[in-house]
Amino acid sequence: MAHKPELGAPQMAARTSVACSQLQFPGDRSRRKTSKKQTSKAEGTSGRHRAQSGQKEEAGGNLRPGSPRRKQSERRRRQEELGEQKRSPAGRNLEGRRKRDGKASFRGQRVPPEKEKEVPKEETWKQLKKHRSTSLASSASGGESLSEEELTWILEQVEEKKKLIATMRNKPWPMAKKLTELREAQAFVEKYEGALGKGKGKRLYAYRMLMAKKWVKFKRDFGNFKTQCIPWEMKIKDIESHFGSSVASYFIFLRWMYGVNLVLFGLIFGLIIIPEVLMGMPYGSIPRKTVPRAEEEKAMDFSVLWDFEGYIKYSALFYGYYNNQRTIGWLRYRLPMAYFMVGVSVFGYSLMIVIRSMASNTQGSTSEGENDNFTFSFKMFTSWDYLIGNSETADNKYASITTSFKESIVDEQESNKEENIHLTRFLRVLANFLIICCLCGSGYLIYFVVKRSQEFSKMQNVSWYERNEVEIVMSLLGMFCPPLFETIAALENYHPRIGLKWQLGRIFALFLGNLYTFLLALMDDVHLKLSNEDTVKNITHWTLFNYYNSSGWNESVPRPPLHPADVPRGSCWETAVGIEFMRLTVSDMLVTYITILLGDFLRACFVRFMNYCWCWDLEAGFPSYAEFDISGNVLGLIFNQGMIWMGSFYAPGLVGVNVLRLLTSMYFQCWAVMSSNVPHERVFKASRSNNFYMGLLLLVLFLSLLPVAYTIMSLPPSFDCGPFSGKNRMYDVIQETIENDFPTFLGKIFAFLANPGLIIPAILLMFLAIYYLNSVSKSLARANAQLRKKIQALREVEKSHKSVKGSAMVKDSGYTLKGSSKNATQFQLTKEGTTLHSSSQSQTPDQKAQGPGTSSSAGRTSLSTTKHIPVSPPPRDSGQPLPQTHPWRSASGKSARRPPPDN
Amino acid sequence: MGNKQTVFTREQLEAYQDNPFRQRIAQVFSEDGDGHMTLDNFLDMFSVMSEMAPRDLKAYYAFKIYDFNNDDSICAWDLEQTVTRLTRGELSAEEVSLVCEKVLDEADGDHDGRLSLEDFQNMILRAPDFLSTFHIRI
Repeated sequence: MAHKPELGAPQMAARTSVACSQLQFPGDRSRRKTSKKQTSKAEGTSGRHRAQSGQKEEAGGNLRPGSPRRKQSERRRRQEELGEQKRSPAGRNLEGRRKRDGKASFRGQRVPPEKEKEVPKEETWKQLKKHRSTSLASSASGGESLSEEELTWILEQVEEKKKLIATMRNKPWPMAKKLTELREAQAFVEKYEGALGKGKGKRLYAYRMLMAKKWVKFKRDFGNFKTQCIPWEMKIKDIESHFGSSVASYFIFLRWMYGVNLVLFGLIFGLIIIPEVLMGMPYGSIPRKTVPRAEEEKAMDFSVLWDFEGYIKYSALFYGYYNNQRTIGWLRYRLPMAYFMVGVSVFGYSLMIVIRSMASNTQGSTSEGENDNFTFSFKMFTSWDYLIGNSETADNKYASITTSFKESIVDEQESNKEENIHLTRFLRVLANFLIICCLCGSGYLIYFVVKRSQEFSKMQNVSWYERNEVEIVMSLLGMFCPPLFETIAALENYHPRIGLKWQLGRIFALFLGNLYTFLLALMDDVHLKLSNEDTVKNITHWTLFNYYNSSGWNESVPRPPLHPADVPRGSCWETAVGIEFMRLTVSDMLVTYITILLGDFLRACFVRFMNYCWCWDLEAGFPSYAEFDISGNVLGLIFNQGMIWMGSFYAPGLVGVNVLRLLTSMYFQCWAVMSSNVPHERVFKASRSNNFYMGLLLLVLFLSLLPVAYTIMSLPPSFDCGPFSGKNRMYDVIQETIENDFPTFLGKIFAFLANPGLIIPAILLMFLAIYYLNSVSKSLARANAQLRKKIQALREVEKSHKSVKGSAMVKDSGYTLKGSSKNATQFQLTKEGTTLHSSSQSQTPDQKAQGPGTSSSAGRTSLSTTKHIPVSPPPRDSGQPLPQTHPWRSASGKSARRPPPDN
Repeated sequence: MGNKQTVFTREQLEAYQDNPFRQRIAQVFSEDGDGHMTLDNFLDMFSVMSEMAPRDLKAYYAFKIYDFNNDDSICAWDLEQTVTRLTRGELSAEEVSLVCEKVLDEADGDHDGRLSLEDFQNMILRAPDFLSTFHIRI
């Protein structure tokens, strides 16, 4: 028992020094290095003091043998303490101080760390002033240098004050108190930090402090500026306060998506499109950059342009426009290489950013594993959204809270009810069967439509509907299937939360099925075009051959080259794919906007204005206003993004279109939500589902990566369009670059790396690493759970101590703890409990073991609580200065440290 | 600081928000507990309810808000008050008592029939939505 505090002291010293280095006072970093050492040393001694005093009190006043000087001082202190006890509690400390100050001996001051915590803040301050004046006088008389002890003492004080400033925000004090405390602490730090330096150092220090202040101010201004720069922050906050955080989460997601797309847009435009436009061959110079003769007259018609044919098709927005020259312009920019690398890095960047934001989301919610224990408590204490400032939303919130309470009551009461289990099962099977039918039907419909569109594309004049059939059908399916699913899901009679998951999963499956059917049909088309390519190639070749070798031309004059518009050319499947995605994106956007206009805005107008002359209440009754469909919107956004990822390789302009789309939909949807939607009745939790959305996004990203990778790896590029024309595969461009532009040994290294004998072991190694990391994380999670259990146990022990101590305190005539300070102590201890270090782990069992035993007498109990404090101080506000910075702690520590009054 | 002139009354607060705990908030942050707030109290309130405020501080004040009778522990009566306010009295008496019982069952660590600050913090700091919902914007 006696050696426990000693064990705590070095730990504490170490922690304090860490905390010192963590304290953010930019500008005096160099100083910090030296002062850190000093402080830790000082902490070490002070900690030892405390330890000794603890021992001493435990021994009931028996002084331990030490150096005569220390002994003397401690005896004096002891006397003072005894004297103080007779005085009234309020004036006691002050008088003690005065007495010691009157003696003006420094040895008296060396012990204070122990005593300091007993002194309320104001008194410390007064005392400090006084002490300062005396020490100033002494330093004026005794020369420049302050004594070592004084220095360390001041240093400690300064560190404390700094810590106080840093942790000021955590204190449950009224504002005025915070302000005065802060000012005092700042003034103190300012005054004394300078005094610690000598001569020139003082001025330098003042300068540094000035700069530090300026820097802090600048940082704050910059922070404000940054907040102001966050786009649409006000709009989103506005929506948040009207509709709760769940609807706002969609808009935050939209904004995030916009940011990602902006980066992709920058990549693609900066590295592909702009170099091509500036340095590539101009329009009309070669066949692939020219509108063919047959299309020429219609190429500028709006209807043609709207389908991304005509001039748009032969522009830098699509794959086919790019030339296969190795380098372009005077910069000798390697465009094909850049094209390939940008295509890869679009996926790389997206993957990275999605995974990173997922990781940061999970970091925010660490303790998610054991939420199930507190269903009712969470409903009771956290279900009200304090952000709600709108009476309508508040009404809905009341309703939803009531229903959720009722739901959980029902769950609780009849958790094992389950009447007619056979009917329920039958209905569920039926519902799933129906939904699978729907999914298959929609898949077949899309396949059918895509096949038909391929026939249409061969025919000549087709109507607008026939041209856009695929997009229309897909959009209609996307519009009508989710409500259908919802209707069918009503059969299943699931809990709404589970039902929502099913619904999301089904819509996801629908979208995914549609997308993949579409892709498969498109792939058929591509293969068809590829098989035709050889004949086209021959035709082109023969046309050119005949043109240049035909008779009847003056042989002496070289014939002018054939006009590029007249050269027969292949179908360029890459551009066709790109156009398909472009159309899909645009039509998706239009359908979304039209749905919003018709479904939300017109409905709202109708309900609002026809309500005056209608036979029933439209607002409360059947049509009502629309709710904002968060899950549908988020899924739509995710799939749209999937299409962008897939299409951006073949249509570099697609990302630009998407940026525009997101921009407009941000404003449009904000407006639509505010003007014509009502808040939800069923609350869709934002904080949980955020990572769910991200997970879906990751899945979609992966799924959209597959077809692109397939086409790049296994299909030959078109022979007469695009940056990779003439190559066997698209990735040959890398090999070419390595061979031509890198030194030969690098080429050899790459060839060696590409050897399957090396790749397969590497993959195996990766698997092993994954397995290893997985098991490590599992064991860490187990350790975490165990620690949590320990904390729980410790907390209970702590609590039983406290109840005993509380009764002891009532007995204690000198002090009556106010309720608030007692609570604060508990508050502090909880914090300690949660941030318990593994270093203190070894001590917990014997504490637990001691727990019941020590609670027998009041005096011993208080000793054991004192012991806890040095053992596991929270790392945030580290060891030594705690006593002063936490008045409540000092209150408890004081009562705990005092010997029992009966002795 | 001008702490005498500017008084923020309960009526004004009521007109401002539909929060079921608005009176409690006003009482907790007012100096003398009568719900009349000075400018300083008002600032206190918004510093606690701001997005920037630390978790522990928020938990501390949330506890005070839910502690209706100011006895430094949330007892069954406090819980009843909370439920009634949250549901606008739409639950029957048995339902309310059942809910209170369940809450005590879940969160009361030392089984003394009421939630101490420690119990409350232990519970609330695990709540996934506490930080996102416990703040007010002007």
